[in-house]
Amino acid sequence: MTSKLIVNKIGLPRFIISTLFVFVLILAVVLKVPMDMLLSDVIKRFGMYGILVLAMVPSIQSGTGPNFALPIGIVCGLLGATMSIEFGHVGFSAFIIAVLFSIPIAVITGYFYGKLLNAVKGSEMAIATYTGFSVVQLMSIGWIMLPFKSGQMIWPIGKGLRTTFTLEKTFGHVLDNFLHFNILGVTIPTGLLLFFLGACYFVYLFTKSKTGTAILAGGMNPNYARASGVNIDKGRMIANILSTVLGAVGIIVYSSSYGFVQLYTAPLMMAFPAVAAVLIGGATAKRAKISHVIIGVLLFQGLLTSAMPVTNKIFPVGNISEIIRTVVQNGIILYALTKVEGGK
Amino acid sequence: MNNGYVLQMKDISKEYYGNKVLKGVNLNVKAGEIHCLVGENGAGKSTLMNILFGMDVIHSTGGYEGEILFNEKITEIKSPKKAMELGIGMVHQEFMLIPEFTITENIKLNREITKDNVISKILGDRLRTIDSKRMNDDARSALDRLDMNIDEWVRIVGLPVGHMQFVEIAREIDKTKVKLMVFDEPTAVLTESEADNLLKSMKKLASSGIAILFITHRLDEVISISDNVTILRDGELVKTLVTSESSVGEIAELMVGRKVDILNKEEKNKKQVKREVILELKDFSVHMPGEEVKNINLKIENGEIFGIGGLAGQGKVGIANGIMGLYPSNGELYLKGNKLKLNDTNNSLENGLAFVSEDRREVGLILDSSIELNIIFTALNIQNKFLKKYLFFTLQNSKKIKKHTDEMIKKLDIRCTSSKQNVGKLSGGNQQKVCIARALTQDPDILFVSEPTRGIDIGAKKLVLDLLVELNKELGMTIVMTSSELTELRKISDRIAIISEGKVAGILKPGDSDKKFGLMMSGTKIKELQEEVI
Amino acid sequence: MAEVKEINKKNSQLKSFFIKNIVTIIFIVITIIGILLSELSFTFIVNELINRISRNSFLVLSLIIPILAGIGLNFGIVVGAMAGQTAIIMVTYWGITGLKGFILSLIFAFPFAVLFGYLTGKLFNKTKGQEMIAGLIVGFFANGIYQFVFLYLVGTIIPMKNTVMIKPDGVGLRNTISLCGGDYPDGIKYALDGIFRLNLFYFMIIGSSLVMIYAVYKILKNRNKKYIPVKSSGTYITYIIIALVFIAVSIGVLVSGSSLAMLKVPVITLAVIAVLCLFNVLIMKTKIGQDFRTVGLSQSIAKVSGINVDRTRLIATIISTVLAAWGQIIFLQNIGTMNTYGNHMQVGMFAIAAILIGGASVTKANVRHALIGTALFHSVFIVSPTAGKTLFGDAQIGEFFRAFVVYGVIGISLGLHAWKKRAVSRL
Repeated sequence: MTSKLIVNKIGLPRFIISTLFVFVLILAVVLKVPMDMLLSDVIKRFGMYGILVLAMVPSIQSGTGPNFALPIGIVCGLLGATMSIEFGHVGFSAFIIAVLFSIPIAVITGYFYGKLLNAVKGSEMAIATYTGFSVVQLMSIGWIMLPFKSGQMIWPIGKGLRTTFTLEKTFGHVLDNFLHFNILGVTIPTGLLLFFLGACYFVYLFTKSKTGTAILAGGMNPNYARASGVNIDKGRMIANILSTVLGAVGIIVYSSSYGFVQLYTAPLMMAFPAVAAVLIGGATAKRAKISHVIIGVLLFQGLLTSAMPVTNKIFPVGNISEIIRTVVQNGIILYALTKVEGGK
Repeated sequence: MNNGYVLQMKDISKEYYGNKVLKGVNLNVKAGEIHCLVGENGAGKSTLMNILFGMDVIHSTGGYEGEILFNEKITEIKSPKKAMELGIGMVHQEFMLIPEFTITENIKLNREITKDNVISKILGDRLRTIDSKRMNDDARSALDRLDMNIDEWVRIVGLPVGHMQFVEIAREIDKTKVKLMVFDEPTAVLTESEADNLLKSMKKLASSGIAILFITHRLDEVISISDNVTILRDGELVKTLVTSESSVGEIAELMVGRKVDILNKEEKNKKQVKREVILELKDFSVHMPGEEVKNINLKIENGEIFGIGGLAGQGKVGIANGIMGLYPSNGELYLKGNKLKLNDTNNSLENGLAFVSEDRREVGLILDSSIELNIIFTALNIQNKFLKKYLFFTLQNSKKIKKHTDEMIKKLDIRCTSSKQNVGKLSGGNQQKVCIARALTQDPDILFVSEPTRGIDIGAKKLVLDLLVELNKELGMTIVMTSSELTELRKISDRIAIISEGKVAGILKPGDSDKKFGLMMSGTKIKELQEEVI
Repeated sequence: MAEVKEINKKNSQLKSFFIKNIVTIIFIVITIIGILLSELSFTFIVNELINRISRNSFLVLSLIIPILAGIGLNFGIVVGAMAGQTAIIMVTYWGITGLKGFILSLIFAFPFAVLFGYLTGKLFNKTKGQEMIAGLIVGFFANGIYQFVFLYLVGTIIPMKNTVMIKPDGVGLRNTISLCGGDYPDGIKYALDGIFRLNLFYFMIIGSSLVMIYAVYKILKNRNKKYIPVKSSGTYITYIIIALVFIAVSIGVLVSGSSLAMLKVPVITLAVIAVLCLFNVLIMKTKIGQDFRTVGLSQSIAKVSGINVDRTRLIATIISTVLAAWGQIIFLQNIGTMNTYGNHMQVGMFAIAAILIGGASVTKANVRHALIGTALFHSVFIVSPTAGKTLFGDAQIGEFFRAFVVYGVIGISLGLHAWKKRAVSRL
């Protein structure tokens, strides 16, 4: 009885994934996987993916569901990053300029995306997914056509930007290296973590503001909020602009930490791991908190990062951790969908 | 023994979770008879019909007591399907029609006539081919019985409402061997001439030997069409009358009559005080589906408890919703002499109006959120209360929120574990108190309360009503209470407006006679009413 | 005056025709522009098109029933495609080739598809209102399991011994599996297509003649009928005229001896597709078909009138999944090599984009939408890389445009559906 109660309290998905995570960690110790490396990786990936997952919070709170159109924000961020490099910035300033460029772009796109969502209430998730997909494809044409000149980014021969290019000379690892230190062989990317937690705190403050409270109320019960004089559509709009901006900033942080920028179809599927992470953290398609983001990223990315070396020791061929990712990620999204009320 | 009764329901009782909703009711209907069933909302009509149709709600809550005789045989109706097989048909208030289908397809919905084909012989009945010719023929003959000369292959979409009603009836008579037809408020949605046509067809059906059970609140229809009438009140059988020996007045009185102890003892004193009009409604209409309000004029006085009563679906609920801008409205509203902007919830709230919705779970509360948020949100959003500046941010002032919520919990005696508890976990009565606490947090001039006692137990009902009286007396708050329960309206209100068919049928004092209330609620035309009263 | 009215009426009819078919019309225009820009030979385009229509139509047709049953666009057909590929892997491993292998793979695919369809249908019943995103995700999810089975279980738990199909280390299937037919066959390539191929223009002449006979029969039947006929005799006369034009053109091409005259069509495959079209039409005239429509139009009324809504939706999903499995087998017997881990993934999106381009929506679809859509979608597919190259000097742009079209058309039609639903509910 009590064990069932505990599972209920933690939530089934969170329970399964944490059990799996612990199991994999034990296996890692047993199989003598170098733990310092593994933990360094886990912490790094936690900071890398964090803000992309954080982008789910405003949209879920506003009632539009997880932001399956995250690729839209990502494309805005990539545009900011490429522009920053094009204008010749390096180091920290390149990172900051990239963020500054991407924010207005994301605000404008987020505005139109919010308008779209307000027109299609009730089917936001499916439509967001396909809007995200088509924007990525459209922008792929953009990456070829836009008049970028920087030798760091364009193909030496042929047209357009490269599919992947390094940030070694610009803003690669700037956050990771900021005040980083080692403890028992584990690298702590202080700047990256601080930036992520700072973003979390900012979103937390937003949810406690008047606008944030109204968005929350509108998401949980639109009828109640309307009876209290809330403009629901405006709230959904602001929330999705914020989510798009977080997506943009998130990909810049991700790219910086990864050390490479990936263009073209790379952002296509990026929404799904972020959605899965926040759901694993305990969110539902209707409710999300900052704590869900932190727990979710840690569990999901932690599991994936540690599963790789462990499974490689058991199955030396292929990439079984990729399969685990697919099954866990989509399984959790399906589970959350069955909990969404709806139907005719 | 052939007494000609198609249906006899004997000594029927029903309990929902210890709450007796039917107490020993008898109902007898003969073949070829039109038998009316009248009663206020909550009198037990729908429970009785649910029993007759063997609905799940009855059997999943412990069944019923008493016995049903159909064609003079004791019968147990365990499912709607069984009811259908016996030959009991029902014409619903809401149409069960698919607009994209033809009349035939709707009449034969899930009773399609099929014929064999090669594949169905191997793979089963669901692959039998639809025999549209025979279906059309059947539909035709059903329509002919109702004197409907519309083509059976026309689609429903675009048909006038009256025709749709007839398609529903055609479906019931097409079901073979219909012996008893139940009409549940069928004329509510019809125009006058359509209603006349319907009544004519009902007479025709009755003369062909079908027994008709007619549920209506229009007493003039009762008088004009029925042979007998059964009146229910509070789950009890009041009387069965032979219609020709009765009158609208008698039926109305029997329908409403009950002892009312008027709580407002100082009523007389109050009446002498000449009070100012605080809110005036001029030609005010509200488009709330199912509760339309049509061009009403009302004056609400400062410091009174104003009751709004009437039967469900007549528009009483629409008034408060319209004033608060929750459903589109037009006309004019004057608050303390100033014109109030319509269709703007924000504006209504800012001007000191507060609203406790009739739909507690859908509109009144955020169920999966804390008591704190539920209570403070409207004030926070409209009046910028409970906010505090921290550097660049203006954030919730959690200390103040907690303090205020705790005060409210104490003041209204909300039973909960803490102010952080989700309201979904509270009982109905405590939820209602949270709704009222939210409205009070706004410090309103006028408090609109709709159906404040719906779905809460008797003890909590009294607490909520006492609270309203207290607010009125001690704070001088004007309260507009909408309720389906006449008793409670008469208990605490100073004046009561009865709404019928979207209009004000009249304004009564709590002490006025049952007959007056009954007649007004039944939509008897004002003119006739005056005659009756005189 | 009456004439003006008549013209006005005609105008508004024309207008509503345009509005109703706007997506299809836009794509006809895109296709024509694409063909002009692509500088591909007409013969090449027609040949490609015949190929693609014959191999893809079946998959697109599998979408119709779920749309009518109110489930919407069944992105879950990906799971059906996996069932089809599983069956092909089985027959190829056992070395059953040619027509025998093809038919056996249809049979083997059936139980898998029923099972997968059942599970998908159960899921759809649990996610009512969100079937389309659920269908997409279920495809991804099933793909994870599919990969696990064929990459890791094959050779370890599933006892498959070293053949050309299995990777050198003995675990997991190779990325591509050859299904070649011919004299020394190792697969089911052209098992269906190859049975009987006929010159395109003979085929057109025969087809057109059949249409003419049918039209004449209908006109005669229309003369003595009590009920108003579905189509007027005028429509049938138009059919006859079109058929005559086709025959004339065909004879012209044959006589001229142009390279077009060499084109051939896989008659049996087309016949199978025709049978499926007929199945889709006929099933809607049965009791279960009527149930699909009722459930599709109103679940609540269907429930009240005693139809088991969930079961009906389940059956619709299962039928769709089985058809998709068979469709994938037909697709692969034409392609001739199976991309073990890739072929199935795009099936759902491509088929759905095709049917939408043909004029279907989330709630409305018929055989005509499926066939026209397949033709238009694949025309765009054939010409867009080369058209992109002529226009922008980069074939990639054409490919990205193509992908944009696929996602865009799905997004737009979902959006329109949601928008309309809201507009209606607000009234």
